[in-house]
Amino acid sequence: MKVFNIVIAGVGGQGVLLASRVLAESALACGMDVKQNEVHGMAQRGGSVISFVRIGERVYSPVVMPGSADILISFEPLEALRYVHYLKPGGKLVYNRATINPSTVASGMATYPPDVEERIGRACRDAHGIDALAIAKEAGNAKAVNMVMVGSVMKNLPIDAKVVEGVVREISRDKGAEVNLRALKGGAAA
Amino acid sequence: MKKIISGNEAIALSFGDSGGVFASGYPGTPSTETLEEVARLDEVYCEWAPNEKVALESVIGASIAGGRCLSTMKHVGVNVAADALMTLTYTGVNAGLILMVADDPGMHSSQNEQDSRNYARFAKVPMLDPADSQEAYDFVRAGFEISEQFDTPLMLRTTTRIAHAKGVVEQREKIKPVVGEWARNVPKYVMLPNFGKIKHGEVEERLLKLREFAETTPLNRVEMADTELGILTSGISYQHVREAYPNASVLKLGLVHPLPEKKIRAFAAKVRRFMIVEEMDAIFEEQVRAMGIRVDIGKDRISYCGEVSADIVRAALGDAVTGSAPPVADLPQRPPTFCPGCAHRGLFTILSKLKAFVSGDIGCYTLGALPPISAMHSCICMGASISAAHGMAKVNEIAGRTEKPVAVIGDSTFFHSGMTGLLSLAYNGGNALVVIMDNRTTGMTGGQENPGSGRVLQGEPARQVDIATLVKALGIDNVAEINTYDLAETEAAIRKGLETPGPYVLIDKNPCILRYRVKQSMLAVDLEKCSGCRACLKVTCVALGMVPAGDKMKVQIDPNICNGCGVCAQLCKFDAMSVVKG
Repeated sequence: MKVFNIVIAGVGGQGVLLASRVLAESALACGMDVKQNEVHGMAQRGGSVISFVRIGERVYSPVVMPGSADILISFEPLEALRYVHYLKPGGKLVYNRATINPSTVASGMATYPPDVEERIGRACRDAHGIDALAIAKEAGNAKAVNMVMVGSVMKNLPIDAKVVEGVVREISRDKGAEVNLRALKGGAAA
Repeated sequence: MKKIISGNEAIALSFGDSGGVFASGYPGTPSTETLEEVARLDEVYCEWAPNEKVALESVIGASIAGGRCLSTMKHVGVNVAADALMTLTYTGVNAGLILMVADDPGMHSSQNEQDSRNYARFAKVPMLDPADSQEAYDFVRAGFEISEQFDTPLMLRTTTRIAHAKGVVEQREKIKPVVGEWARNVPKYVMLPNFGKIKHGEVEERLLKLREFAETTPLNRVEMADTELGILTSGISYQHVREAYPNASVLKLGLVHPLPEKKIRAFAAKVRRFMIVEEMDAIFEEQVRAMGIRVDIGKDRISYCGEVSADIVRAALGDAVTGSAPPVADLPQRPPTFCPGCAHRGLFTILSKLKAFVSGDIGCYTLGALPPISAMHSCICMGASISAAHGMAKVNEIAGRTEKPVAVIGDSTFFHSGMTGLLSLAYNGGNALVVIMDNRTTGMTGGQENPGSGRVLQGEPARQVDIATLVKALGIDNVAEINTYDLAETEAAIRKGLETPGPYVLIDKNPCILRYRVKQSMLAVDLEKCSGCRACLKVTCVALGMVPAGDKMKVQIDPNICNGCGVCAQLCKFDAMSVVKG
């Protein structure tokens, strides 16, 4: 099996790291080798966040090279555009359509590109925007966007969906499990 | 059982499984989680020290008292601990001692990208360089054995992509901690010159023995395959090499100091092209060239700056790299910024307004340097804000300049090494305004406890130092408390501090809203009153945004993000922002 490269992008505080953990734990539970990597630190203060999950029989580097991702999951449209070059030719992009202003826009130094979704469409033929924030709220918590995003790509991953559900149940706190599972299912149906 | 854990978690787990009894460190990305994970192991004692020197010295004491011990820090922390390290190498150890240092090539969250392998050569101590989480786990146990066998401190070096990357780890059987004798041995542990001279000779002999060990230890591994290309590498670079050239022959070093000369010579002789792949400095290459061994490809093709990648290795050999479209140009950047509700925002809004020269320090407040606030003009290292401001003021005085510098420093950084700068300011008759942002946590690294937070690493209550009392004891007479959420009050206090000659200290005691989960009633904009003047935007809060309202763009506050601090509202001349009831 060739190594399957997943890139997850978003904004600090959106739960990119937990989503990465779910995918990595699920791959391990499916008996595969896996490496997962993101950068902490400065990135936590509302900055741009990028995380890699690599799955295969034997995985060496924890880093995905630009041009080699099988799938890019972005929790925010501008971040989708920022990291779309990580996709290999024919790679798939799923992004959350809800925007979050970067500090440069909030402080009036820059403008959020109004045509962000058109530009995403031009940069990637296989791009799919979903209303993850709305689905998360329907599931019971706006913060479950990360689980919606995981759900939305499950059918495209070399991981059994049942295993992912099991991992989500295991790592959620008591009350959060049901919300997270609803978010996961909502994402899968989107 | 297999688990998927980071290098930091693996080191902590292995410390518990390898008979470790005492650990001490200071937070610093990417090393921080190691000690936090040790704290989760019930049977092992651990603590945050005020700085890395104190951490290493405490660990030296633990070793003398017979307990296997670990000190954790980031690369620049070793500079602080180096005084202890350079003599610890002479005394050696009683129980095994590991100094874990996490380097940050690429400077993801650091002020420089120094290569800690230099310290292993400088201090003449063995260093291990794991290539994944499993090796991080295994090398802790191997490290204790080497430390005790050769009577030496051992450095365990990781880099960001080892410390933070998660990989599959298989746990080994647990060794129960055995605490040895409390060593009383004056010639070994009292480094007077006469004893030190003897110990220096022993250090040189130890290094020769370690060189022999390096030739035979399985920590250094030859993977012979295609002999067309042979690569000497270690740590994370090994993974990039394997990713790029799965069929190449590789000499993978686990022990990166001292080097196995015979092994390298034999390996280089067997391959047609001999390449060295190492991140940052040419530590291997300089030594290998000094051995008289031919190196075909090395630092002439791989930068001293930043991280290595599979594509960088391919490019160095002139092979094709992964094709990719260029990144999309002209996108608005998304740099980190103060959290919505952070107390630093009010302070820097005023410092920016007053155009004061700000001598900064290491912490979340360093973000005050970014535009449009742009209110920090120097930031060197932990604790430098006050001492650097002192030097500036002295030269300003000589030059006849009247402007007084402002030093900004957080609580944890003040305890780390800012206190001595303040002592100098008082002692040497300095002239600076010092603002101590006491949010009672070590914020930038994720909210760790410190001597001012009232809790220890494990969360238990602890003696809480009072900063105002401490500042007065250091010799500062002018000490006042400020509330940086109140812009008028803050401006008046800073003006007074700048106008009053001599040392002046202001202390803000608002807690870190992220660490202490502070949430106040949020604000909303009255679009009738908002003129769209954008004066509020300068506070750089991601809760603010411009939206179309009629024929104008007006300000909107995102209710999901606003923390209700009210700083933006104080900049509004039209009274358009108010607290939402409920």
